[in-house]
Amino acid sequence: MSHAIAAPGVAAPRAPGAPALALVTYTGSIEARDFSFFYGTKRALSGISLQIAPHAITAFIGPSGCGKSTLLRSINRLNALIVGARHEGEMLLDGVDIYGPQTDIVTLRQRVGMVFQRWNPFPKSIYDNIAFGPRINGLARRAEMDEVVETSLRRAALWDEVKDRLRSSAHGLSGGQQQRLCIARALANDPEVLLLDEPASALDPIATQHIEELLYELKRELTVVIVTHNLQQAARVSDTTAFFYLGELVEAGPTDQIFTSPREARTEAYVTGRFG
Amino acid sequence: MAGMARESQRQRAGGMTAATVQRPSARQRAVSERTRRGLGRRRAVNAAMLGLLALAAVIAVLPLIFILTYLLVRGAGSLDLNFFTHMPEPVGEAGGGMANAIAGTMIIIVIAAAFGLPIGVGAGIYLAEHRGTWLANTVRFLSDVLNGLPSIVMGIFAWQFLVRPVGHFSALSGGVALGVMMIPMIARTTEEMVRVVPVSLREAALALGYARWRTGLTIVLRTASAGIVTGALVALARVAGETAPLLFTAFGNQFWSTSITQPIAALPLQIFSYAISPYDDWHRLAWAGALVLIALILVISIVARVATRARFNTGSGD
Repeated sequence: MSHAIAAPGVAAPRAPGAPALALVTYTGSIEARDFSFFYGTKRALSGISLQIAPHAITAFIGPSGCGKSTLLRSINRLNALIVGARHEGEMLLDGVDIYGPQTDIVTLRQRVGMVFQRWNPFPKSIYDNIAFGPRINGLARRAEMDEVVETSLRRAALWDEVKDRLRSSAHGLSGGQQQRLCIARALANDPEVLLLDEPASALDPIATQHIEELLYELKRELTVVIVTHNLQQAARVSDTTAFFYLGELVEAGPTDQIFTSPREARTEAYVTGRFG
Repeated sequence: MAGMARESQRQRAGGMTAATVQRPSARQRAVSERTRRGLGRRRAVNAAMLGLLALAAVIAVLPLIFILTYLLVRGAGSLDLNFFTHMPEPVGEAGGGMANAIAGTMIIIVIAAAFGLPIGVGAGIYLAEHRGTWLANTVRFLSDVLNGLPSIVMGIFAWQFLVRPVGHFSALSGGVALGVMMIPMIARTTEEMVRVVPVSLREAALALGYARWRTGLTIVLRTASAGIVTGALVALARVAGETAPLLFTAFGNQFWSTSITQPIAALPLQIFSYAISPYDDWHRLAWAGALVLIALILVISIVARVATRARFNTGSGD
């Protein structure tokens, strides 16, 4: 199973002999073009244009209600469920508008995994939680599934802690473990993009550190976008930081620059803790 | 100067300055003193109200206790093994049982569940997942109306559509009549249970690419299953004792029959016809039948309770 974890710089391993699908190269680059989002008549995002680099960690920061979670949830169209929600502009994943007719929502969500603020394992066994995504069309064989589960748990740095109790309930794990389980569950779909909505805000510092180290490993293979209220966390883990305020993108750039020499006065006020 | 600086610091920290702090006035003190003195009376009123509420609670279950006691007294004497294994005897012959009615009730209940459960659960999931839509609101309202419909009307409905076209009474039509009665009850319980499934679980499944209907069937239904099972059993217990819908559907049968296309005996029907007969032997059997029927319903209800508790306690569905 050791081949399961890709060496740095090596593309994520696809199953050997995988069909022609593997020929399509996904990089996981995301671009919002003049993207606006509305809940009914309320405008949550206005005219966001932002490029999110592949194989890097991008942090969305800003005070509550600034639209950063809305933008995150626009990347896998989870917002579309809300009655009265609509968008304007484009959201491109590898150059294709995810709101366009070419995009199948199931495929989109398999390519763009998501982890939520509050860990939400299903009331099932650890194994079944991980296998849930790949089981969607019932095509994976038993032995393949075992491998997918092990690989995903290893990638989420959880395998050694749970390998002896894969059949026991996921709810018996600690909070930090459950959150890593949710990351593993998302990874089981082999996504190119991983979205995280304040993944560590309810965790203690040790568990938070585990998650951050994990993200640092994962960015070698995928695009990571993280929404966080914790500015230190954004400064620690991200390569790029985007600051949102009142539904607008105020400033985006290399994390160092945003935290040390921001161009906008509002950004400086926020990162130095003067408002928000 | 130092004092002023400290003052302004406090102001900035959001604290109030000493000058603006309001002390309780003498009048307020007097009011609070008097309020505290009323302790004895408050306790007495409290005890009296608690007593009244407890009394209401006892009265609420009193009819059940009376009925059970009365049934035990009147019915238990006529209840023996023969009651469960023997067929009804002609008038004047001692002994005999209600084996056919017990089997018939079981068969009708199974038909009712097979008919009402899938439709009720499906409708309930729809109501919960698509709440607010025009169709959901209409269905919810109509299902409440259906729930309040007199059960004899349900019998007429089943007679019209399942008995008349075929030309004779049948177990199937009786089961369907009861199944239709179960639909709104199960739909509403399912809706409530599905609604309390955390949004986070729903979102987790959706974010993994699951379609909405499939999320409903796998995650939501599984998480809500304990509650739905309880609701279904409660609905089953309620319709198991119905007589009116069976009068012109299952009709009753003096003989042993397990065919779902033929008229079939049922406990409530048998009790009804025996109770209005002029024979003492049959009256005794009717009492015994009533006891068995109520025991059956109690067992279903208790199973429902136990099933709920077992599922909720393990915390996991596995």
